[in-house]
This record gives sequence, structure tokens and C-alpha cells, in this order.
Amino acid sequence: MPDPILSIRAVSKEFHVGKSRVQAIDDVSLDVFEGECLAIVGESGSGKSTLANMILGLGAPTSGAIRFKNVELPAKRSKLHRRQIQLVQQNPLSALNPRRSIGASLRLALDVHGHGQRADRPDMVAALLKEVGLDPDMATRSPSGLSGGQRQRIAIARALACQSQVVVLDEPTSALDVLVQARVLRLLNALRASRKLTYIFITHDLSVVRNIADRVAVFQKGKLVEIAQTETLFANPTCDYTSTLISAVPVVSPEEVALRDALANVRVF
Amino acid sequence: MRPDLTLDIKNLRLSFRSWSGSTEVLHGIDLSVAPGERVALVGESGSGKSVTSRIVLGTMQDVRHARVSGQVTFEGTDLAKLASVERRALRGREISMIFQDPSSALNPVFRIGDLFHEVLKRRHPKISKGEARQRAAAILQDVSIADAERVLSSYSFQLSGGMNQRVMIAMALINEPRLLLADEPGTALDVTVQAQTLSLMRDLVEQKRTSVLFISHNLGVVREFADRIYVIYRGNIVEHGPTAAIFDAPQHPYTQALLSAIPRLTGGGVPDIEERSLSFNDPMISHGTDI
Ligand SMILES: Nc1ncnc2c1ncn2[C@@H]1O[C@H](COP(=O)(O)OP(=O)(O)OP(=O)(O)O)[C@@H](O)[C@H]1O
Ligand SMILES: Nc1ncnc2c1ncn2[C@@H]1O[C@H](COP(=O)(O)OP(=O)(O)OP(=O)(O)O)[C@@H](O)[C@H]1O
Ligand SMILES: [Mg+2]
Ligand SMILES: [Mg+2]
Repeated sequence: MPDPILSIRAVSKEFHVGKSRVQAIDDVSLDVFEGECLAIVGESGSGKSTLANMILGLGAPTSGAIRFKNVELPAKRSKLHRRQIQLVQQNPLSALNPRRSIGASLRLALDVHGHGQRADRPDMVAALLKEVGLDPDMATRSPSGLSGGQRQRIAIARALACQSQVVVLDEPTSALDVLVQARVLRLLNALRASRKLTYIFITHDLSVVRNIADRVAVFQKGKLVEIAQTETLFANPTCDYTSTLISAVPVVSPEEVALRDALANVRVF
Repeated sequence: MRPDLTLDIKNLRLSFRSWSGSTEVLHGIDLSVAPGERVALVGESGSGKSVTSRIVLGTMQDVRHARVSGQVTFEGTDLAKLASVERRALRGREISMIFQDPSSALNPVFRIGDLFHEVLKRRHPKISKGEARQRAAAILQDVSIADAERVLSSYSFQLSGGMNQRVMIAMALINEPRLLLADEPGTALDVTVQAQTLSLMRDLVEQKRTSVLFISHNLGVVREFADRIYVIYRGNIVEHGPTAAIFDAPQHPYTQALLSAIPRLTGGGVPDIEERSLSFNDPMISHGTDI
């Protein structure tokens, strides 16, 4: 096994709301290897976005450590660290400055990370927009007048503009129709291959996971309950919760129904 | 006009004005929903699904640079004939909406419990804080939220994406509307919680004959939930008909491409299908189901 690019070691995160205590992440350890696409799936509220935020340095773990290339990441991240890891947030609206045009947001991402010549920026922005299936004219518009899926694609384009080594994608295609989703997934695959990117892909869509992830981590109630190669996980889930999830996916073809039913039957209660 | 329909949309057009001119985004849409019917609107990202639902809700008409024309009839009443205040009175009572982006629809300066109180006051103006909290806690349990008390005491930014989405769903259902506009209600939910919320919506439809306009990119969910489907591409309805007809015998090139791009649970890789084609502009296909 090569050294992991990102290593999460015994990480826990607690929140307090009034009198209640929330254990959002409960003693999670996992390694992410360079060039892989690791999917994170699981219960809504099981701590996936909390973990993503901690990887980005947005909120420190209550305990435990996160290491990048064998060096522990500090709570306060340097500019260098911010360049190396990018996040596509679950809610893209909050991530985009409402007073900045789409083009300005993308140019800023290119500037901050010093990519290309300044004079080439407008062309680079147009190319980015085209790659995610948007009209280059969209550069002049503001985020508030965009559809849900248009915003989501802007957030993806911005993260890719940064050319970071690790990209954490939190529900990046949930607002896309399946045709545009396929385009974006193909783009992500191509960039992963050409730039040797590493993805942490958080999603509820197990059909997407099956087709793009190398490995899958399953979360429930703040805990990592199963982690396996994608093929293994779908053929032989070891955890009851994983089979429950797979067998509840709404599907469209008879082959998928058969796969689902097979898992529903092996489940032992 | 068909007074027996819950929602009847005829030749709906929408354009946005900007400094560079006017852009039309809806090019004359016809769509209807009968009492107790579950109708899905599916299609391209950016094709006009959310704006259509916001016109029905009556909020798009108040956007200054938007121009709406055509006819939208709710239970026999032409929405254009209502004053802005009358449209507002329908909202949250007779017509409610699950917004695509729950974290921006939930006001971050109020706790979830207080937001529920405001929503309930629209139907029961005298409801007490205590009673509102009790009813909110009960419906949150119905959407699989285990620690309802904690959620009611939280602000939206202290909840996960899917918890906010369930709060929105619960708020939209709590006043038992006549028409539910559900814009991507399940995108942040795991499949088991999603099944739970869908069955809650189904119960409301069956018990109260509520009508649902359901917008979703998840075609597996649409197939399980909808009675009828409209497919939209670039501001035009390109095909509509009963769910089985659309899935088993899609006729329009756009619908065919869309269905073939669904990623499969059985694997096989990311589908490689062009998402643009001239044939997607072909005339509309109707599976002869005008109700
Ligand atoms: N800032 C915060 N303050 C208090 N509690 C929080 C905060 N952020 C998250 N939580 C809580 O932590 C838990 C995990 O939330 P998180 O957003 O990580 O879930 P998730 O797995 O991403 O869920 P979803 O699939 O619904 O997006 C939830 O119970 C949530 O309410
Ligand atoms: N306030 C606005 N000003 C200008 N254009 C707008 C505004 N709101 C929406 N639009 C445009 O109208 C079109 C339809 O938007 P809408 O939000 O209805 O798309 P949608 O079908 O819901 O897409 P998605 O599936 O991505 O959510 C989009 O091209 C969008 O950019
Ligand atoms: Mg989340
Ligand atoms: Mg939308």
C-alpha cells in the first residue's frame, strides 16, 4: 500500500445546541489514497458534511488528527494548504458571493491560485463554463438568477479552476438532470486521470457511486460502519445498514431490481 | 378553464429583462394537475421547472424584471385576477412549496420551532407557541427526525442538508394544502429517509385528495411516485403522458436520451450520450391523456 495522501485519525466532532450534545463524528479513522475516488454515503445527518468541513479546516475536530501527505494539518490553515484541498459545498448558493458576477468569481479563483496569464482569463472562464455545459454568456450574470443545477455547475467549475490535488465534492450533482450529470461525471473522471486528482465524493446517489467510485465508505450516526472496494460493497455488503441502503434505491431497469432484491434477501434481521 | 382541475396552466410564458434585452425562458407551457393526482415535471437543468412552480406559488409575479403571461388557474380561480395580497393568502395554506434550496428558504435568524409557529399561524391564527411546538415535533418524527426537540431549538445552519430539507417538507405538509409544489424534495436524503417522506406525501394525497406537482431529477423516484409525467426541455414541454408510457415507450428524442443517461445501480460506467441535439427541439409528443 502506498502512503495515503490524506489520513483521518480517530477524529471526533461534537456540537452543543442548548442542552443537547450532538456527536456529529464519532471516532472515525480512514485513509484516502492519491488518485482514487472515495465515495462517502450514508444516513442524512450522519456527519458527512461535518467531516468534509474539517478536512478543509472549517471547524477543528474535537479530538483526533487529519494528516495531509504525512503532515498533520493545523486548525488554522496556511495559504498553501488552502491551495491543495478544495471543497464543492453541498449548498452552492452560500459558497458564491451574491454581489460578484459568475465570471468575476471564476476569475478570482484563477487569480488566487495564479493560473495562466491575466490576459487569458476571459478565455479560461469561457472554457470552464463550457466544460460544465453552460453558456459562456453566463459569466456576466449574478448567482441569484441561476437555476439550482446552474449554480452547482459554477461551484464545480470554480473548484476545478483551482487545480488542487484533493477535491472534496459534497453532493455535487444532486441538482443536475442525468444527461448533464453524465457530462460532469465524465469531466471529473477525465481530470482525475490527466491531473492525478484525488476525490472524496459525498452523495446519496448509490447508482452514481457504483459508476465512478473506486472505494465506498458508509456512515451511520457519526460512525464509519463499512469501507470497501465498490465492486465488493455492491456484491457483498457486510453491514446490514449497507444492504438496507442498496435495497432501497429507486431504480428503473429489471436488472437493477434483481440486484436490489438479491440484497434484500440476504439481509439477516 | 377547467374548474374541476386543481391546477390548469395554459400557454405560460416567462421572460426576464436585463440591460442587454429580454430573454424568454418559458415559451408557452400547458400543464394540468387533477385533484389527488401526482404529476412530475422532469427535464433539463435550467429548463424552467423551478420558475414554473414559483409562478404557481405566485411569487414570480412580484419579481420586478420578470414578465409572466398566459393563464394559471387554481381551483377555478385565475391567479392573474388576484391582487398580490390575495395570492399571498393562498400561499402556505392552500398552496405550499418545498423549495429546491432549503438552506436559503429557511430564515437563518429564527429557530426552526419559531418558523413552524409562523407557518401554523397562517392556517390557525390563534395557535399557541406550545401547541405549535407539539404539532411540529409530531410531524418531524414522521419525516424520520429522531431528536425533534433539538431540531426545533436549532437554527437552520446547525442542521445537515437533509435535515433542513425534511424541515421544509414537514412545513409544507403541516397545513394540509390543496396543492403541494415539491421542487427536488429528496436531493439531500438517504434512500430510506426519502422513502419515508414519499410515503408521507402519498398518505396526504390519498386521505385529503391533495394534488402534487413533483419536480425531480431522480427518475427512479419519479417512476415510483408519479401518475403522470411532463418532460421539459429549454422552456418547452416536449412530451407528456402516464408514467408507464413515458418509461416504457418514450417517443421524443430528448426523453429517449434522458432515460438512457440514467446511471445504473448494476454498473457499466458513466453513460456517454450527447446532451445537445437538434432533434431535442422536435414538436411535442402527447400520449393522448388530456384529462
Ligand atoms: N454548526 C453546527 N452546530 C450544531 N450542530 C451541527 C452543526 N453542524 C452540523 N451539526 C449537526 O451534526 C450532525 C451531522 O451533520 P452533517 O451536516 O455533517 O450531516 P450529513 O451527513 O452531511 O447529512 P446530510 O446527508 O443530510 O447532508 C447533524 O445532527 C447536525 O445537526
Ligand atoms: N431571477 C432570474 N433572472 C434571470 N434569469 C433567471 C432568473 N431565475 C431563473 N432564471 C433563468 O431561467 C431559467 C430557468 O430556471 P429554473 O430555475 O426554472 O431552472 P430549473 O429547470 O429549475 O433548473 P434546475 O434543474 O437546474 O434547478 C434558467 O436558465 C435560469 O438561469
Ligand atoms: Mg451534508
Ligand atoms: Mg430548479
